[in-house]
Amino acid sequence: MRGLILCIAVMLYGAAASAVIETYQFDTPLQQQRYQAFIEELRCPKCQNQNLSGSDSAISKDLRRQIHRMIMDDKSDIEITNYMVDRYGDFILYRPQFNGQTAVLWLSPVALLLLGLLVWWRMASGRKRSKSTVDPSLSVAEQQRLNELLGDDTSGEKSGDRQ
Amino acid sequence: MQRFKLFLPLIIFAILAAIFFGVERRVLTGDYVPTDLPSALVNKPLPEFSEPALDDGRIVNKSHIIGEVFLLNVWATWCPTCHYEHPFLVKLAAQGVKIVSIDYKDDAEAGRRWLAEKGDPYAVTLFDEDGSLGLDLGVTGAPETYLVDAEGIVRFRYQGALDQTVWDREFAHRIAELNGRGAVQ
Repeated sequence: MRGLILCIAVMLYGAAASAVIETYQFDTPLQQQRYQAFIEELRCPKCQNQNLSGSDSAISKDLRRQIHRMIMDDKSDIEITNYMVDRYGDFILYRPQFNGQTAVLWLSPVALLLLGLLVWWRMASGRKRSKSTVDPSLSVAEQQRLNELLGDDTSGEKSGDRQ
Repeated sequence: MQRFKLFLPLIIFAILAAIFFGVERRVLTGDYVPTDLPSALVNKPLPEFSEPALDDGRIVNKSHIIGEVFLLNVWATWCPTCHYEHPFLVKLAAQGVKIVSIDYKDDAEAGRRWLAEKGDPYAVTLFDEDGSLGLDLGVTGAPETYLVDAEGIVRFRYQGALDQTVWDREFAHRIAELNGRGAVQ
């Protein structure tokens, strides 16, 4: 699962990631992993839809440097995230925290799914009903005649087969 | 009912078209700029800082600049839009608006030359060489202008150049409101 996510992330950002030129030194591989995760997960505030790793705007460069500095200062992930949100708002997170302002963002897919299920359920039950019931626009006599005709037709075909 | 269902797609399309047309019109008239971010600082106190002044390098901190309603303008000599904006700031200062500024990620010598040549509308200019104060303010570029009230609370942030139109639309009523509230207290 982890491999799949990584694979998708590489596919999505692979081209853009080549834009980053500066390199940072880390003491441990974990620090580097955290840095990579942050620059993938945080959005460039100047750009419309690029993460920090994909953007070469000046502000992204500054934010990458700041993340590196905070990781080297042994700040925790939540401290770094809060630092960014305090300054740039929920916009900077690709996966914003759930609150009053982001509720629509988080809940609308669920609402749309429920709406879709509701429509599907109503259509399915409607179809079932129309199949099982007799067409009410026909009178009893008409329905009988229809059945006769249909019956004649099938029996005619059958007799045709026999010939 | 059955007939109404047939027209549903058309109705949805018409509603969406109306919404998009409305948004697009607001973009064209400049009422709505999709790239502008709401500032996370609005209605929060200006962060503490201590930065050198551009002119003589003395250290300026937050307590030195708050006390009345003022504008905090972020500019730099590398920013073309700031050239456009500067004459209007000079005019505002002449009208008695207090403007504090941040020379953001700039060359100090170039910044001083700019103010000498084009006029200095700023009560004080902080020199933020590495952009750290900019980071604390949530600056994404220049120019940006913050409206700060007498208690040092950020009330509004505008991204982009100020001119008379922007001033009348975004700032004039907010400042009037802030000053009015100050007079009542």
